[in-house]
Amino acid sequence: MPVVLELKNISKTYPGVKALDDVDLTLYQGEIHALLGENGAGKSTLVKVMTGAQRKDEGIGQVLFNNQSYDFKTPAEAQLAGISTVYQEVNLLPNLTVAQNLFLGHEPRKYGLIDYKNMLVQSEQLLSRFKLSIDVNAQLSSFSVAVQQLIAIARGVAMSAQVLVLDEPTASLDADEVQTLFAVLNQLKAEGVAIVFITHFLDQVYQISDRITVLRNGKQVGQFLTSELPQAKLIEAMLGKELQHLTGHQRECESPTNSQEAILSLSNVSAKGSIQSMNLTVGKGQAVGLAGLLGSGRTEVCKAIFGLDQLTQGDITFTNNRLTISQPADAINAGIALCPEDRKTDGIIGPLSIRENIALALQARLGWWRYISKAQQEELAQFYIDKLQIATPDADKPIEQLSGGNQQKVILARWLAIEPMLLILDEPTRGIDIGAHAEILTLIRSLCEEGMSLLVTSSELDELVALANKVVVMRDRHKVTELSGSELTSQHVMQAIAEG
Amino acid sequence: MKSISNHQKPAVSDSPVSARLSEQELNAAKNARYQAGASNNWGRYLWPVCALIILLVVNLVLDPSFFSLSYQDGRVYGSLIDVLNRCAPVALLAIGMSVVIATGGIDLSVGAVMAISGAVCANLLLTPDVALITVLFVGILVGIIAGLVNGSLVSYLGIQPIVATLLLMVAGRGIAQLINQGQIVTFQSDSFAFIGVGNWLGLPMPIWIVVGMLVVTQLLLRKTALGLFIESVGCNASASRYLGINDKAVKLFAYIIAGVCAALAGMISAANIQGADANNAGLWLELDAILAVVIGGASLVGGRFSLLLSVLGALIIQTLATTIIVSGLPAKFNLLIKALVILMVLLLQSEKFRKQLNGLFSTKTSNNKFGEAQ
Amino acid sequence: MMAKRFLPLWITTGLLIVLFIIGSAQFEGFGSLRVITNLFSDNAFLLITALGMTLVIISGGIDLSVGSVIALSGVVCSVLITQYQWHPVAVFALVLPLGTLFGALMGVLIHEYRLQPFIVTLAGMFLARGLATTISEKSVEIDHPFYDAVSDFGLLLPGNAWLDASSMLFALLLIVIVVIMHFTRLGTNIYALGGNEQSAVLMGVPVKKTTISIYAASSFLATFAGIVFTFYTFSGYALAGVGVELDAIAAVVIGGTLLTGGSGFVIGSVLGVLLMGIIQTYITFDGTLSSWWTKIVIGLLLFFFIVLQKLLNRNNKLHA
Repeated sequence: MPVVLELKNISKTYPGVKALDDVDLTLYQGEIHALLGENGAGKSTLVKVMTGAQRKDEGIGQVLFNNQSYDFKTPAEAQLAGISTVYQEVNLLPNLTVAQNLFLGHEPRKYGLIDYKNMLVQSEQLLSRFKLSIDVNAQLSSFSVAVQQLIAIARGVAMSAQVLVLDEPTASLDADEVQTLFAVLNQLKAEGVAIVFITHFLDQVYQISDRITVLRNGKQVGQFLTSELPQAKLIEAMLGKELQHLTGHQRECESPTNSQEAILSLSNVSAKGSIQSMNLTVGKGQAVGLAGLLGSGRTEVCKAIFGLDQLTQGDITFTNNRLTISQPADAINAGIALCPEDRKTDGIIGPLSIRENIALALQARLGWWRYISKAQQEELAQFYIDKLQIATPDADKPIEQLSGGNQQKVILARWLAIEPMLLILDEPTRGIDIGAHAEILTLIRSLCEEGMSLLVTSSELDELVALANKVVVMRDRHKVTELSGSELTSQHVMQAIAEG
Repeated sequence: MKSISNHQKPAVSDSPVSARLSEQELNAAKNARYQAGASNNWGRYLWPVCALIILLVVNLVLDPSFFSLSYQDGRVYGSLIDVLNRCAPVALLAIGMSVVIATGGIDLSVGAVMAISGAVCANLLLTPDVALITVLFVGILVGIIAGLVNGSLVSYLGIQPIVATLLLMVAGRGIAQLINQGQIVTFQSDSFAFIGVGNWLGLPMPIWIVVGMLVVTQLLLRKTALGLFIESVGCNASASRYLGINDKAVKLFAYIIAGVCAALAGMISAANIQGADANNAGLWLELDAILAVVIGGASLVGGRFSLLLSVLGALIIQTLATTIIVSGLPAKFNLLIKALVILMVLLLQSEKFRKQLNGLFSTKTSNNKFGEAQ
Repeated sequence: MMAKRFLPLWITTGLLIVLFIIGSAQFEGFGSLRVITNLFSDNAFLLITALGMTLVIISGGIDLSVGSVIALSGVVCSVLITQYQWHPVAVFALVLPLGTLFGALMGVLIHEYRLQPFIVTLAGMFLARGLATTISEKSVEIDHPFYDAVSDFGLLLPGNAWLDASSMLFALLLIVIVVIMHFTRLGTNIYALGGNEQSAVLMGVPVKKTTISIYAASSFLATFAGIVFTFYTFSGYALAGVGVELDAIAAVVIGGTLLTGGSGFVIGSVLGVLLMGIIQTYITFDGTLSSWWTKIVIGLLLFFFIVLQKLLNRNNKLHA
């Protein structure tokens, strides 16, 4: 089969993070190619580079499309050339009608004006392939996310000349809808379209894909034929096997027993659109891990405890008191701190200095009246810069100019300053380069040794297993199982994630 | 916290921090430090101060007596004093506006609030048996209420700031006219007029009011954590919420400050003419106030603010207007020049434009270098 | 779902009709065709401006310069016609492209330098007003046979109602704009931009071209409104049209367009202007009510519609 699209030695650097590091991808005509990797592995970035939404690092690597070198500057250019994309979040326009969304930029015209009649007919034909019979003149926002997702895919299909990229297309679809989608994909494949398929549902990978490319931490792990790669090997490739050697000996903050005093317990907690009947206990001085794939509800658990999502039922008990938390300030006052998953939007206050970023949490807790003077801020910041070895020439540097790892240390420092009883770490090592990675882990471990209770989520299972006394495995917003003691190995966690 | 002082290490020349930094990182860090240091201390003041000095020098050239001051009847007279006195309302508005803009908002209603507070004060002064202190208090209360209205719409109803404050901008002038019953209400009150035309320690009262408000606001924001909270919310409201900062209350507070500033400015204008003109009091001054903040170098997206720089911005606008008059150019050029100034400031703030400028500049210098090498 | 999108539109229409009926019942001569045609001819310039403002706001922007552009256009027209003896048609042929260029330049600044529309059009507002005052500070009369001919042109309707040329021109522009908004790719792109700029980019909408077209169109319409205004006053004045941008924005919001962009109808803004006009007419007929009530009532209407939109949107999110 001829090669349609070839990416060679692609790198993409964001300030502080190398999102893609020398990645290759070869796409043949009429194949379905799965692109796999955990959160932050670089899949979405690769897709964005491939389709013109982001530019690759200049000077290195190239994109060959039909053996011609291309450098797409905008998605429109890539679309015009014959590469269309359905992004992870539904990137349609909720304020337009279904038909307008399907044909935006390609509306059928008659005498220079949009031919709505024709558009209507074509829209209905297109959607019938997906067994959707809906009013195409209704606003997109009036449909469920699943339907919107199908419409987004239909748009991609309608425009795809040669390459169709689907980023997590099945995340919101039910089983029947997935089968319909796969039927369409197989049909397109037979027509010679090359399809890139990104997903975290491994069974779907085996059902539909011909070949697999695995990314991890921005690097390419390998390119495999699906038929020759057993699922266990695939998970190993995605999660990294080198860490397995570490798992045995690093559980240093061993908790005495499971019957110790609980500091936090969730009983039957549900939150709207996020988690369902969650039960969870964190003991005093215990480190509890939350494992699960993307969208399994692990982040949502953290948010619910921190007062960011409103509970619809259930109780949260903290230090033997029933907590009523309606905003993060309540949680912080109770002694809970959260290092958020998305450091840039929810963590750092970018333009402010390291000093201010460290002092802010303590200041917020003290209230506006009891001002921490600049000198005291400086002292506090310097203390943590030394203690956590934050690499910066001084405390007045804007935090946005630090690398990801150092930003994370500043956020940790901010919370350590208020001496919380429970520290929630949502993906603490996401997007952090390998050197700082180890430092952060050591740091977390030392906190645990000092007796702080921790709740940690991570997509790096070995990291989790190494850190935690107990790992709670989640899937589909439910708790699946709890592993501790001798059961706690990354193999077991992987199994629990894969099998449910 | 208790262990902070124990951990103070003596400064070692070969600290582990610098040892871990690569050379490249160090350079970048140095540059950043230079920039950060510069922006904290000098850089931010450099351009506005330069602009003001240039304008003043131009004035001096055009009118050699521009800087001369004379002392008569217990009051200092001179063009400089006039400039300061005239810019007082806009400077007051700019103080409040910079706080609101720092939270990422904007307040279009300040001109209308000026009209309302002027109208309320004028009518109270005409009511018998109302003490002056009551008049002043009620005038400021108008500002607080306006701030509460704007702030609640923005914070608690989640309406865009432009839209939320547009409401009061439109309706406010109607309310002021309603209070005045469509008339220009004049009053005879020397004690109230004092805040507009009086003198204290040789200087006109409006100047003292601006200085007073500047000092009070500065102390309130910088000697408590409020200023830091405002900047934090303006930079990243979501992360601020994660930190336990009540971002809604912070925004509400900012609009209250803006309201109070506007009320004060309204009282000065009313005192100036000994009357309240609901149609024209503070008309379009909200735009001048926004302009003053922008000239002061603040970003309209929110974040860092400096009250002093905004007042400096107001001063630049007023000096510019005076320059135009002094230069003999008809006053009609005022708006045109103002527009060009805004465009220039905006472009200089845009990253892309600076890059384009740098591009021009660097090709020129590299050409020069090439020339020198030959 | 459809009903929800149209709800603000229906409310505005309802208010318009109710006010008209109340006025007709209360005052003699209110319920006549003449009041309606006057509503159009008195507000023709505002109606035309509001058309442009609707495009801008639907795209998620704002244009504060329209009032000044009206003044500038009027001043240039009157000066060229009266002082330089140009023929009005030649003047219009010059002024309209210039006005369009003015808006296009604002669009370029907004797109290329990522500046906020609010502040760019504020600068445009000062610039246009400044140019107008520089050209002529005094009001310049226009006395030209062409103007007389145009003002004599019109349609006499029953009840002594007079449909004048500017109302007809407005109707023509309305049709053109509605066709652009709903039957061309440009129109869909404008809605797309207001819906979500990021998504629009990813779906291949030409953002630059669209942004520039939007502001160019708004300035074109404001320039046109300025010309129409000269037919209304037979003069050009640098201080004309002060605050028209606020009236236009108010009309757009009252007409049900979402100020955050992405949703709304041109026809809604027309109803918005008419509603504001009929409030004015009612207050004039009443005689005892003072003019400031107009502003307060419009403020309240704005508040009502903004909160209404907020509520409708909240429900929308729950559905998604």
